[in-house]
Amino acid sequence: MDFKTLVFYILSAIMVFAALRVITSRNPVHAALFLVLSFVTAGGIWLLLAAEFLAIVLVMVYVGAVMVLFLFVVMMLDINLDRLREGFWSYLPVGALIGILLVIEMALVLGGRYFGLEAMPEPPATQAGYSNTRELGRLLYTDYVYPFELASLLLLVAMVVAVSLTLRKRKGLRQVHPSDQVAVKRGDRVELVSMPAEKE
Amino acid sequence: MNFVVPDFYPAAAEILVAVMALVIMLASTFARRVASDLAYGLAQLTLVFAALVSVLVSPNLLAAVAAVISEVPLFGVRLAEVLMSLAEGYAANEVVATFSGMFIGDMLGGLLKVFSLLAVAIALLYGRGYLADRKMDRPEYYLLSLLMSLGMMVMISANHMLSLYMGLEMMSLSLYGMVAFDRDSPRATEAAMKYFVLGALASGLLLYGMSMIYGATGSLELSGIAQSIYHQAANKTVLVFGLVFIVAGLAFKLGVVPFHMWVPDVYQGAPTAVTLMISAAPKLAAFAITMRLLVYGLFELADQWQTMLMFLAVLSIVLGNLAAIAQTNIKRMLAYSGISHMGFVLLGLLAGVVDGDRNFALNAYSSAMFYAVSYVIMSLASFGMVILLSRAGFEAEAIDDFKGLNKRNSWFAALMMIVMFSMAGIPFFIGFFAKLSVLQAVVAAGYVWLAVLAVLMSVIGAFYYLRVVKIMYFDEPTDSTPIRAQGEVRFLLSANGLAIAVLGLLPQGLMSLCAYALLASL
Repeated sequence: MDFKTLVFYILSAIMVFAALRVITSRNPVHAALFLVLSFVTAGGIWLLLAAEFLAIVLVMVYVGAVMVLFLFVVMMLDINLDRLREGFWSYLPVGALIGILLVIEMALVLGGRYFGLEAMPEPPATQAGYSNTRELGRLLYTDYVYPFELASLLLLVAMVVAVSLTLRKRKGLRQVHPSDQVAVKRGDRVELVSMPAEKE
Repeated sequence: MNFVVPDFYPAAAEILVAVMALVIMLASTFARRVASDLAYGLAQLTLVFAALVSVLVSPNLLAAVAAVISEVPLFGVRLAEVLMSLAEGYAANEVVATFSGMFIGDMLGGLLKVFSLLAVAIALLYGRGYLADRKMDRPEYYLLSLLMSLGMMVMISANHMLSLYMGLEMMSLSLYGMVAFDRDSPRATEAAMKYFVLGALASGLLLYGMSMIYGATGSLELSGIAQSIYHQAANKTVLVFGLVFIVAGLAFKLGVVPFHMWVPDVYQGAPTAVTLMISAAPKLAAFAITMRLLVYGLFELADQWQTMLMFLAVLSIVLGNLAAIAQTNIKRMLAYSGISHMGFVLLGLLAGVVDGDRNFALNAYSSAMFYAVSYVIMSLASFGMVILLSRAGFEAEAIDDFKGLNKRNSWFAALMMIVMFSMAGIPFFIGFFAKLSVLQAVVAAGYVWLAVLAVLMSVIGAFYYLRVVKIMYFDEPTDSTPIRAQGEVRFLLSANGLAIAVLGLLPQGLMSLCAYALLASL
């Protein structure tokens, strides 16, 4: 067993452990942190596969942005675990039965027989100076430009929906309108009143 | 590796919709006062123009339309000649793939795009008054409808798992937002939440299945997948494993049993204008991706997926019809009826290949497509009637709200009767011919028991459709408010109801269009 394989097994063991803890830990904050751990180790495995750009993006986007947001939400909400766990034992037998069946079926198909090293051709060795990132960028802007553009529109949809669901204009709210401030004329602020002079 | 700039021409309609969505977004930010009128007008124009463009750019479609029109007496032949000359100028003659094979322009796609764009346009028109009464006609609604239409067009023209998924998500995300559009209504929010969670689950299932198929065939492009399976380069066990997940995901999106749980709740909880939107065009898009994935990509596995579809279809037809009887809410009733109608669409799809013989395919798939199109026409009319009876501060949701409609307005009562008769499959309305053609395909494929079961269940289903008719004609009205609607809504709803009757008398044109589309595209 060479060093790479050893690293792979260590990372995989950590990842499986973390993934299990995500669903078993009682505290939702701990669960979120374990999810972070499993993402980081998955990033490590991708590095072993020489997909360095994806690994870094996984850590930056998922760990850096998504999970931090997640943690914020989890910490802000007061989640009552006892209510969530209600009915756990009554559903357990059916759930466990289906779960075990699914695992057996998946293990039969996804085992080494069909997806093992023998089943897949070895990827061609890369030359020195080969850049995974450049290759991805080239593909994104050429062959995959159609889904890439669609993805940008998809993000637009998400933005429009989020704004339309949360932006509210309450009445009686004191707000600053910069455009009104800029458009102010002298006449709006100062009123010149001509008064006849009065003698005392 | 050389990169060739893709041919944008086949995707002209998609580009038009995308650009106009952005234009509407910008224009409505600046035009504060008239923003929603402007957005509505632009959206309608875009939808109609995009439908025209789709006709022009999709291969053979114009010629097929001309062939159908030339049968019409009086000016039909003359009009057909004009269309033919247009066809020579614009349309390509064969199936084109562009954007590195991610987009396919064929007649099937063109026809489905035209129908779904028009369905969205009609749904917007029916829903406008309803939204305005409830202070919901914000410009975002029209923007989201356009982006939803774009998603549907992408799905319909998808030739690659990635673009198919992108279109699906764009359509679904816009719909989730539209369901939750009435943000102060707890019921709408709950419906949106259910729709979102179950929809995300379905997308997950679909993606998992796609990754399995990719693992087995090494290709994401549907034609590449078909090639790889044909040459037996892929492992069958893995393929079938992926297929199960794909069928489950598709069943969620079509809303068939046992993946139907979201349908009644979402239909009932969403604002009626949005229910109208969900129940119409997205069904066509879901039909399109089912065709693309199962027939274009995984046709070699037809034996496997036909059995799966058979289970789904039987369960949907039985449960949809039985559960609809118990409903007192008309939106819920129509939701269950929609489930059973989707079961019929699946019946058409599963009759394609018999013992490895593919001669049945064309007939079966065109009957399924005809069924989907006629369901959309009927669904638009039925929810249009629900909207028509609603007014500011009042939702005509209970079936009892239709009581004595004949005394209040006999014309609309007659239209509703036509719709109900057609949905029940009573001759001679379009729903009858849709059911007939599907059943013919099923019998031809040798599944006589399936046809008998479907007919029995339709007879049971006729009960709840006829109950609405009975309530309209023989009960006393409890509500004597006159029915008010804008002129264009009255006109279009009447046209929609009459179309069901007229297409029922002359179904041949639409049927042959569907058959041409599949013949030219398969």
